[in-house]
Amino acid sequence: MTHMGLLLAAVLFVLGLAGLLARRNLLMILVSIEIMLNAAGLAFIAAGAAWNQPDGQVMFLFILTVAAAEVAVGLALVLQLHHQTKSVDADRANRMRG
Amino acid sequence: MHPAIYNALWLEPVIPFASSFVLLVAGRKMGRRAAAWLGSCSILASFLIALAIAVAWDGAPFTQTVWHWIAVGSFQVDMGLYLDALSVVMTLAVSFVSFLIHVYSTEHMRESEGYERFFAYMNLFVASMLTLTLANNLLLLLLGWEGVGLCSYLLIGFWYGDEANGLAGRKAFIVTRTGDTAFILGLFLLFNQLGTLDIQPLLQRAAAHWHVGAAAAEVAAFLLLGGAVGKSAQLPLQTWLPDAMAGPTPTSALIHAATMVTAGVYLIARMHGLYELAPAALFAVALIGFATLLLAGCSALTQHDIKRILAYSTVSQIGYMFLALGVGAWSAAIFHLVTHAFFKALLFLASGVVIHALNDEHDIFRMGGLRHKLPLAFWCFVLAGCSLAGLPLITAGFYSKGLIIWQAYSSPLGTTWLWIGALTGAFLTALYIFRLIFVVFYGSEKLAPQHFPGPAVQWPMVVLAFLSMVAGFIDLPVALGGGEHLSRFLAPALPLVAQARPTALGEIGSEVIAAIVFFVGVYLIYLFQLQRPSLTETLMAGGFTQGLHRYWYSDWGMDWLYDRALVRPTIAVARADQHDVVDLFFAGIGALCGGLYRGLRLTQNGQVRRYAAWIAAGAILLLVVGLW
Amino acid sequence: MPVLFGFAAIIAIVATVMAISRLNAVHALLYLVPSLLAVAVAIYALGAPYLAALEVIIYAGAIMVLFVFVTMMLNLGEASKRQEQQWQPGRGWIGPTILAGLLFAAFLVSLLRAGPPTAAHYVGPHDVGLALMSTYVLGVELASMLLMGAAVAAYHLGVAVVGKQQKAAETAAKVGTP
Repeated sequence: MTHMGLLLAAVLFVLGLAGLLARRNLLMILVSIEIMLNAAGLAFIAAGAAWNQPDGQVMFLFILTVAAAEVAVGLALVLQLHHQTKSVDADRANRMRG
Repeated sequence: MHPAIYNALWLEPVIPFASSFVLLVAGRKMGRRAAAWLGSCSILASFLIALAIAVAWDGAPFTQTVWHWIAVGSFQVDMGLYLDALSVVMTLAVSFVSFLIHVYSTEHMRESEGYERFFAYMNLFVASMLTLTLANNLLLLLLGWEGVGLCSYLLIGFWYGDEANGLAGRKAFIVTRTGDTAFILGLFLLFNQLGTLDIQPLLQRAAAHWHVGAAAAEVAAFLLLGGAVGKSAQLPLQTWLPDAMAGPTPTSALIHAATMVTAGVYLIARMHGLYELAPAALFAVALIGFATLLLAGCSALTQHDIKRILAYSTVSQIGYMFLALGVGAWSAAIFHLVTHAFFKALLFLASGVVIHALNDEHDIFRMGGLRHKLPLAFWCFVLAGCSLAGLPLITAGFYSKGLIIWQAYSSPLGTTWLWIGALTGAFLTALYIFRLIFVVFYGSEKLAPQHFPGPAVQWPMVVLAFLSMVAGFIDLPVALGGGEHLSRFLAPALPLVAQARPTALGEIGSEVIAAIVFFVGVYLIYLFQLQRPSLTETLMAGGFTQGLHRYWYSDWGMDWLYDRALVRPTIAVARADQHDVVDLFFAGIGALCGGLYRGLRLTQNGQVRRYAAWIAAGAILLLVVGLW
Repeated sequence: MPVLFGFAAIIAIVATVMAISRLNAVHALLYLVPSLLAVAVAIYALGAPYLAALEVIIYAGAIMVLFVFVTMMLNLGEASKRQEQQWQPGRGWIGPTILAGLLFAAFLVSLLRAGPPTAAHYVGPHDVGLALMSTYVLGVELASMLLMGAAVAAYHLGVAVVGKQQKAAETAAKVGTP
C-alpha cells in the first residue's frame, strides 16, 4: 500500500507542477505550489509508514510549517505586487528588457 | 693574494644601478637637488673605486663572482666580473668621463622637465656600461650591451612629447637590434662549438681547437662583428647615430661619443684572441673602419646642424678605432678610444653651451662671431678640435691618431692603402672641424647669446680640455722619446703589435706627414671659409659639386636605400598580413564570447514563469540522469 | 483500509485537476479544499491519524483561509473573470503537460525499481510526539523561529501596503486638489 501512497504523491506533485507552469495568475501559482508541497509531505508519510518509523510524519510536520510560513510571506508579497502594478499577473513583474 | 680593494669591484656597477632604481621610484619626490646629488655622487663613487683599484693594481688578473646566475645542465653562467689591464683602463675612462658629464648635466638640464628621470636613465646607462666592460662572460656582457641599448633608446627619446624624438630613438634601437641579432647568433655558435661563454676559457679553447682561418672561428667573428658594427655605428649600420642627436646634449656626449658607441671596439679588443684566428673577419674589421672613416668624414663636411657634424665625426673616429683593431693594433685602438672620449665629449659639451646660449639653435649658419661672448666654448672647441684633427705634439689626438695611422702602415696586417686612407681621413677631419669652428665662432654675429654657463658646466669642460691636451703623453711613441706606457700597461691583456713590416717610411716620417696633412687642411679651410669666401661659392656653383654635396649630406644615400629596400617592404608585408590566421583565432574567441553573451542574455527576460519552467526542466533532467 | 485509500485517492486527483484548471480563483480554492481533505483521509489510511488531523487543521483550516482572505481582498472572483479569460493557457497546457509527463515517468521508473510493496504500519501520535521532542527537538525550535520570522515579514510587507494606502488618502485629504 505504501507504493500506492507514493504513486498518489507522484500524481499530485506532477499535477501541481503542471498548474505552476501553465497559470499566469500569481495566486494560482501559489496554490499549485501548495499542492506540490502537500504531495511531497504525503510521500514522506508513505515512506514513514513503510519503515514503521515516526520520522516520516515528523518530516511532514516540518513541511507543513514551512508551507505555512511560505504562504504567509508569499501572499504578503502578492499584495505588494498588486499594490504596485494593480494586477496579479506574474508577467507584469518584469522590468528587464532582455 | 689580491689587494683588498678588489673586493669592492662589484660595487662599481651596482652603486649606479641602485641609485638609478631609487631615482626611478622616488625621483619625483626627492626633488631636483637631491636627484642631481644622488645621480652624480653614485658615479663619483664608481670612479673612486675604479681609481683605487687602478692604484692598487698589481698586474694579475682577478675574477670576482657576484652571483650564480644560470645553472641549467651543462650551461653554467655566473654574474662574474673580470679585472685585467683592459678593464682597468676602460672603467677608469668610462666612470671619469661619466662623472664629469653628470656634473655638467646638473646645470645644463635644469630647464628640462623630467630632470630626475634623466639622471635615473643616465645612471642606469653607466651601470650597464660598467657591467659590459667588467663582464667575465659573454652573456653578462650581452646584458650590459642590451642595457646600454635600452638607455640609449630611452635617452634619445627623452623628450617624448615631440614625436620625432621617439622615432629617432626607435630607429636607433631597431638598427642596433639588427646588429645585436648577429651578436646573439655568434654567441650561440660559440657556445655550441666551444661549450662555454666565459671569455678567458673561451679564448683558450678557441686557440686550442681552431686553427687560424677555421670556418667556425670566421663565422663567429663575423657575427660578433655584426653586433659591434651596429652598436658602434659603423658601415652599414651607421644611419642611427646622426638621428640620435635628437636626445639631450649630455646624452650625446656620454653615450654617443664617449662610451656606448665604443662598446663595439671594446668587444673586438676583448675578443682579440678569436679575431687572431679569423683573419678574414679581421680584414673585414679594418675594411669597415677604413670605409667608414672616409664616408663619415665626407658627410660631416656637408652638414649644417652642429651636433650632426659631431655625430658624423664620432662615426669617423670610431672608424679609426676599427681600422686599428683590423691591423692588429689593439692597444692603439684603446688609446684612441680614451683620448676620443675626452675630446669628443668636450666637443659635445661645448656645443651644448652654444646651443643653450642661442636658445636651442642648432644650425651653424645661423651662428657666428661667438668667440668673444662665449670664450669658454670657443677655447674648448679650439682645443678639442685641434686634438681631434691632430695638432702636432701638444694634443692627445695627435698621438693616438698618429699611432693608428702609423700602425695602419707598419703593422704586419697593414697596407699602404690603409695608411693613405687614414691620412685622407685626417685631412677631412681637419677640414670639417675647423669649418665648424670658423663658421660658429668667427665672422659676424648673427644671434646674440643669452644664457651663459655656470660653474657646474665650466669645470668639467676645463678638466676635459686639460686632458685633451695631456692624455697623449701616456702612450708617447719610443721614436719621439716616450715610454709607450699605455701599450705596455695593456700588454698582458692586449698583445703588442708584432714585428713591424719593413717600410720605406719610419714612424717619425709618418707622424710628420700627418702633421703636414693637419696644417694643409686647416689652412685650406681657413682660405675657403674666412679669407676668400668667394672661392667657396665658385666651388659650390658647379652642378657636380652640388650633387656631391647633396649626396654626402644624405649620408651617401643610405637612409634612402634602407627605407626603400627594407623598411617599406616590411611595412607592406605587415599590412598585408594584418588579418591572418592567428588574428582570426583571437578575434574568434572574442566573437564566440559575444555570441554566447547574446544567446544567454535572452534567458534573462524577467519572466518568472519562464524561470520556473527552466528550473523544473533542469530538475527533471537531473533526476532522469540520476536514475540512469 | 486499502479501499478507503483508493477512494480518497481518486477524489484527491479529480479535485486537484479541477483546482488547477478553473478560471475563477474562488472556484479553484473551493475545489482545493476537498482535495486536501481527501489527502487527509489517505494519510489516515496510511496509518498516520495524528498527521491526518493536522492536515485538516493547518492546511485546509489555516492556509486555505489565508488564500481565501487574499482572494477576497484582491477581488479575484467574478470581477476578474474577463481578465482570467484573457490569461487562460489554452495551448499553454502543452509544455507543462509534457514536462509533468516526463517527471511522472521518472517517478514511475523509480517506483518500479523499488522492492516489493510493504504494508502501511500504524505509527501513532505517541511515537510521533516522542520523536519530535527528543530526536527532532532542534528542528522544532527552528520551525518555531521560522514561523516567527514569517509572521514578522508578513506584517512588514503588509503594513507597507496598508500604510501607503493610508498615507495616500491622508495627503490627498490635506493638500486637496490643486
